[in-house]
Amino acid sequence: MSMPDLTTAPPAVRVGGNRTLTIVEAMREALREEMAAEDRVFVMGEDIVVGGAFLVTLGLAEDMGVDRVLNTPISENGFLGLAIGAAIEGLRPVVDMQYGDFLFTAADQLIQQASKLRYMSGGQVKIPLVLQLPTGASGRGAQHANSMESYFFGLPGIKIVTPSNPYDAKGLLKSSIRDDNVVLFIVHKHLYGSRGRALQHEQTSVGEVPGEEYLVPIGVGKVIEEGQDITVVANNVVLHHALNAASRLEGEGISVEVIDPRTLVPFDIDLVIESVEKTNRLLIVEENPARGGWGPWVISEVIRRAFYSIDAPIARLAANDTPIPFSPPLERASVPTEERIVEAIRQVIHG
Amino acid sequence: MPVTVSRLRIPPEQAVGPIDLLPTETLKGVYRMMFLIREFETVVNHLFLRGRVPGTIHLCRGQEATLVGTMVALDKEDRITLTHRGHGQALAKGVDPAGLLAELMGRAGGVCRGMGGSLHVGDWSVGALPAIAIVGASSPIATGLALAAKRQGTGRVTCNFFGDGTASKGELHEAMNLAAVWELPVVFLCENNVYAATTHISEYMKNEYVSERAAAYRMPGVSVYGNDPLAVYEAVKVAVDQARAGGGPSLVECLTYRRDGHKRDDPAAYRDDREVEAWLKTDPIPAFRNRLREESGVLQEELAAIEASVEDELIAAQGFAHQSPYPDVQQRLSYVYA
Ligand SMILES: Cc1ncc(C[n+]2csc(CCOP(=O)(O)OP(=O)(O)O)c2C)c(N)n1
Ligand SMILES: [Mg+2]
Repeated sequence: MSMPDLTTAPPAVRVGGNRTLTIVEAMREALREEMAAEDRVFVMGEDIVVGGAFLVTLGLAEDMGVDRVLNTPISENGFLGLAIGAAIEGLRPVVDMQYGDFLFTAADQLIQQASKLRYMSGGQVKIPLVLQLPTGASGRGAQHANSMESYFFGLPGIKIVTPSNPYDAKGLLKSSIRDDNVVLFIVHKHLYGSRGRALQHEQTSVGEVPGEEYLVPIGVGKVIEEGQDITVVANNVVLHHALNAASRLEGEGISVEVIDPRTLVPFDIDLVIESVEKTNRLLIVEENPARGGWGPWVISEVIRRAFYSIDAPIARLAANDTPIPFSPPLERASVPTEERIVEAIRQVIHG
Repeated sequence: MPVTVSRLRIPPEQAVGPIDLLPTETLKGVYRMMFLIREFETVVNHLFLRGRVPGTIHLCRGQEATLVGTMVALDKEDRITLTHRGHGQALAKGVDPAGLLAELMGRAGGVCRGMGGSLHVGDWSVGALPAIAIVGASSPIATGLALAAKRQGTGRVTCNFFGDGTASKGELHEAMNLAAVWELPVVFLCENNVYAATTHISEYMKNEYVSERAAAYRMPGVSVYGNDPLAVYEAVKVAVDQARAGGGPSLVECLTYRRDGHKRDDPAAYRDDREVEAWLKTDPIPAFRNRLREESGVLQEELAAIEASVEDELIAAQGFAHQSPYPDVQQRLSYVYA
């Protein structure tokens, strides 16, 4: 049995003037700055006064006051609806769902209310609301492992943001809070790396964050590694596996271009098309079950817009179409890993 | 004027049940099971800290009297639904400790074949529905088990375990109303350990007791001292008898306490020292052990023999779990559909 892939990420590079933060610290800074700048911003969720499940709100209640950092009862349907009402009246709630999985118990408030009230009212109301959703397979069994993206990618009326590093997490969270729409802010639990055993994943969750203020716009993807032979589009934690795979394949003379879409809705599809027109090959990696996710939509766009640029069958790696099993070897076999990405790239290149 | 609720929740006094409620042999069995749960959890914690139990764990040390007192009031054929803090619920219902431990370790010999883990333990063959880790979600399902019992005339009662924090979930309230209106044989069993994860009960509830809410559904609701198995047994027995006789649901709230943090690495620093001190003094295991010696005349040697047999059972369970292989990875594709 091999070790989890996540420990093999390369250590972060230190850049002068910048600070090395975890994703958690970066998100905490974003909340702190936005709350300081705008009194209408407030946070609520279960256990957040002591920091929440991943310590994102650690110290915030002391500094911002418990009327702006609200510990809720375990009533997700109730407090999500409440947040929608507060947002309609002009407040700017950030709702910490503890685990994204618990959002399902408030499904109606998101799917039927938050995403549709503006539309149904002919634009009379707006709902500036951010939902923080830790997501993905992380050794806790099927009910704490859902990949939220697959359930909501097809839901009109919301935005979906999935940062993969501290820089993007901070900049995107600030943009999400300033956005006048409902934003799902999805981070894979392995990227939090803030506590207990999660520390083994710290390498993937640490990165450089500038001291001065900045935003990362919603809807703009990023080429993380430039390459010539194949485009790999991956987000969230599997992006890190893709980057590791890319550096391993360098030695085999395969030059991989790695793109992090950063935002799934709206999706920076132009960036992917441009890249595929250069590399002529495409692999998509995501942790969503194969039947769901954003990959199929991206592939359909690439076929529609860049069909004649494609030199090899488009490949996609996703999770199995099963719930996530508990037993560690089974869980690892269920989701994309660095090893599988390496194989998939070789397959596309060499046929 | 807003209602204020007490912040300090210390154990209720002199609230133990009469020792002669059950025969001495049964009482010894109660002690054995309480001790087994305590020691099992200690083994789990030990293995977790050594990296042998992956994922996360929620220990139930301190709540043993509630679990075992409840289970003695149920029949073997009755059903229970379990929570995220489910190891002790499972053991008390008769789930095999070896299979349970193997499950926590993700092994093929686990009660759920390694597919569930700590958050989803259970063995339907002994009436313990594999645990539901989304709090509140088990209550409507338990109510459905009870509806089936009524329709099928099995005479079974379902016991729905839930925590004080879960009393804020709408699903529980929908289930209580359904069960009340349809007079279903279900007992809503609240393990009130004062906290929803890190949040003190006084922060999310204006009631002093969860049981007050039963009145809203016109069902009996009682609160009992949860660290004495006989106090728990006495109250749950009434509820079970009523349910079995067709009298509908009840809510029984057992006032108890977590001796550990909410989960694996939680030091529980958010708790009030006076509260912790008062509760830690009421450890249900030594307290019941003393009652057995003083009130039932059970000999020290008999208790020592019970304890030794539990330790032997747990050594064997660890041997089984460690020798059990991981499941074949192909198993991940099984059990999706019937
Ligand atoms: C719907 C839902 N929301 C949140 C959680 C996360 N969570 C797990 S246990 C827990 C606290 C539950 O408190 P309580 O019902 O009192 O049970 P206890 O942990 O004390 O046994 C929370 C918030 C969850 N599992 N499900
Ligand atoms: Mg509790």
